[in-house]
Amino acid sequence: MVVVLRPKRVFKVPVGAECITPDAFAGKSVEEIGKLKAWEGNRERNLNELFRVGGESVAEPEEVSIQIFGDVHRVRRIGTQMSAGEIVVHGDVGYHLGEEMVGGKILVDGSADSWVGSMMKGGVIEIKGDARDYVGAAYRGGGTSGMSGGTIVVHGDAGNELGYFMRKGIIKVHGNVGQFTGVHMRNGIIVVYGNSEGRNGAEMTGGKIVVCGSVPSVLPTFTIDAIKPRVKIDGERLAGPFYLFIGDIAEEGEGKLYISKASNVHLKFYENLI
Amino acid sequence: MAELLIKNGFVYDPLNKINGEMMDIAVKDGKIVEKVEGNSVRVIDASRMIVMPGGVDIHSHIAGAKVNAGRMLRPEDHFKDVEVKTEKTRSGVGRSIPSTFTTGYRYARMGYTTVFDPAMPALKARHTHEELNDTPIIDKGTYPLLGDCWFVLECLAKDKIEECAAYVAWTMKATKGYAVKLVNPGGLEAWGFGGNMRNIDDTVPNFNITPREIIRGLCKVNELLHMPHTIHVHTNNLGKPGNYVTTLETMKCVENLAHGDKPVIHVTHCQFSAFKGHDWRTFASGSEEIAKYMNNHSHVTTDMGQVVFTNTTTMTADGPFQFILYQLTGNKWINSDVETETSTGIVPFTYSRKSYVHATQWSIGLELALLIKDPWKIYLTTDHPNAGPFIYYPRIISWLMSRVARERVMKKMNKRARQKSLLSTIDREYTFYEVAIATRAGQARALGLEHKGYLGVGADADIAIYDIDPTSVDPSKDYRLIRKAFKRAAYTVKGGEIVVENGEIVKSVEGKTFWVDVETSPSVNEFAPRLKQVFEDYYTVQYENYIVPEHHLAVSCPVHTKAEI
Repeated sequence: MVVVLRPKRVFKVPVGAECITPDAFAGKSVEEIGKLKAWEGNRERNLNELFRVGGESVAEPEEVSIQIFGDVHRVRRIGTQMSAGEIVVHGDVGYHLGEEMVGGKILVDGSADSWVGSMMKGGVIEIKGDARDYVGAAYRGGGTSGMSGGTIVVHGDAGNELGYFMRKGIIKVHGNVGQFTGVHMRNGIIVVYGNSEGRNGAEMTGGKIVVCGSVPSVLPTFTIDAIKPRVKIDGERLAGPFYLFIGDIAEEGEGKLYISKASNVHLKFYENLI
Repeated sequence: MAELLIKNGFVYDPLNKINGEMMDIAVKDGKIVEKVEGNSVRVIDASRMIVMPGGVDIHSHIAGAKVNAGRMLRPEDHFKDVEVKTEKTRSGVGRSIPSTFTTGYRYARMGYTTVFDPAMPALKARHTHEELNDTPIIDKGTYPLLGDCWFVLECLAKDKIEECAAYVAWTMKATKGYAVKLVNPGGLEAWGFGGNMRNIDDTVPNFNITPREIIRGLCKVNELLHMPHTIHVHTNNLGKPGNYVTTLETMKCVENLAHGDKPVIHVTHCQFSAFKGHDWRTFASGSEEIAKYMNNHSHVTTDMGQVVFTNTTTMTADGPFQFILYQLTGNKWINSDVETETSTGIVPFTYSRKSYVHATQWSIGLELALLIKDPWKIYLTTDHPNAGPFIYYPRIISWLMSRVARERVMKKMNKRARQKSLLSTIDREYTFYEVAIATRAGQARALGLEHKGYLGVGADADIAIYDIDPTSVDPSKDYRLIRKAFKRAAYTVKGGEIVVENGEIVKSVEGKTFWVDVETSPSVNEFAPRLKQVFEDYYTVQYENYIVPEHHLAVSCPVHTKAEI
């Protein structure tokens, strides 16, 4: 069943709304949903002071669909720890979308701010627009809290440090990415269909990064291994050829970094080293 | 200051040999007195509760440059453990490296009132005291690291004990330190060149001296200066399989410096120094050998360094050891060399019950505590935060007091470790009296604290009251109640003021900072000009700026001793 949220005003300060999840909404009436707590700046508010809540909910979170209309680009932590169901944001959304998400689906029509799917464990996040920094990242400081499952698809561009300390799962970016994609990556897959600003896979110890577009250079701690005609990722065949680099040697890593050959003629000198 | 009367509690005061007697304790002007009278007396009804002296922690990394670097290294350690500001307390974040205020509050909530930070690079004394000043409620002190200081090594290499003693006395005064700390003596200096000490008879590069000579030398110095605490030693080879031999050697090497029953050496976090085996695969517990030695000798005291299965942050001045940990874990880390004095390292670490080594380490700590018969010799610590944050002390108390509690943990841990562990053969369970020794009286005595660790007349009114009735509760079965009671003291009294009620802070007071003011004869100060030259030559700071003035301490509490030099 569908629950509809519309912001009552344009938020001037950040709103922390961890309660906007199918799990929290399940089994509650619209009035009860309206009484869930959220923070506007340093003031605690009921959800219905911030949003007009409509539609109806059901008992099982799997069947809850939350539709958010209007400007929520200052609303943070939507879908935190959600385990099932669906959230659709018709517009832009704020920081920490789907943080520690376990299952279910989040769809964003517009763009998302930083930390999309940070510490994510499962589920699917799809962003039609751009995402900013730290997509699928660990909490600052890293450790074992990196993304450990699920899928994130960004149709636009993404920022820096995508997949920081990633451990499992897939991130696909159809546009371009910033620097340090897959930094400290332990395992998992990152595919960038556009260009990268470089320093891919710094300190990675495992996993795969594929860049179909151009890169300024490859870190000196990566060693060229082979030229591969194609890469198969998650059932999808990416036509190459690709340079395959192994690294980060500084961390005794065995991560695989695929860089498109056609888009990176300046890397041709690596072919002499194979 | 209010007068207090704690009525009808079961008092455990091992220094006065009071074992669970029902008594009243009277408090006036921050001291324990014979009796108080009048209407202004606040009466605490402690019937069916335990009354103990305030807890004392001999070894807990709570302040200093290293601890702060650890805080910065580990934001992920804090963000899920947030203490919100209340009317009485300040906000903070916590877990393995809590912020200063949170440290003070959490210790007080457990009924602890005195905590010593065991590793202060003398050069970072100012920073350490700034942090200690910001640690509320508890009394504290800190031990300067002297085992690898160039000046000390130079003096000891030339066998100039008196000059070394004069320097140590000066350092205590200059850095407001409390005891002589040695960390991997010689090894840290060697680490400056990528080396380490393999045993206590290795030669330190450039100094022509061995760890044995450093330990013995500083032990003699400690005696000359009549320091309240013994030398506080983190052994060579710490954290390496087979190191129990080195630990025994370390204990033996000062055997003939002891007079009577008085301890001359404190081997700290013994668990990390009681490993057997040749490598991590043949790793085993050496607790039996250590316990056997300690049962037959009275010149050594030690503390557990008990492992708790959790994520924590290891931080020691032992750079080479931390490098090994970094290689083991591949975690982010910090390593640094503190000019002429010491080194340091920080590595986040998770103790897993499924790991053979970690489970064995867990077992070693408890084996030591249970096999060493005299509780006055081994104290409860986790070497916070190295083997686990101090908030787990109640859990360790329950393991010590209950065989069932231990077995419950063993059921879930690594099978090979469980089969090899001696714990299944040990029936001993600590009594409340022994717990009082291991968590307060013993530590206070080892530290030479004159007014702490007992509840007799004249003692500081640092009192912990726990809501547990020793006449009706069987600790070996009801270990959960024990854990709960020790986690949140019913009352904590600090310096005569009630600071904790029902596990909540009701008042925040400032704690004292202990430091040792050694009186030496004027003639020994001749070395001062030479010292100035040392600072000119070696240090990045000037002699004048190195000294921490007394007014820098929020509440200074010098302990005066008179040296033999």
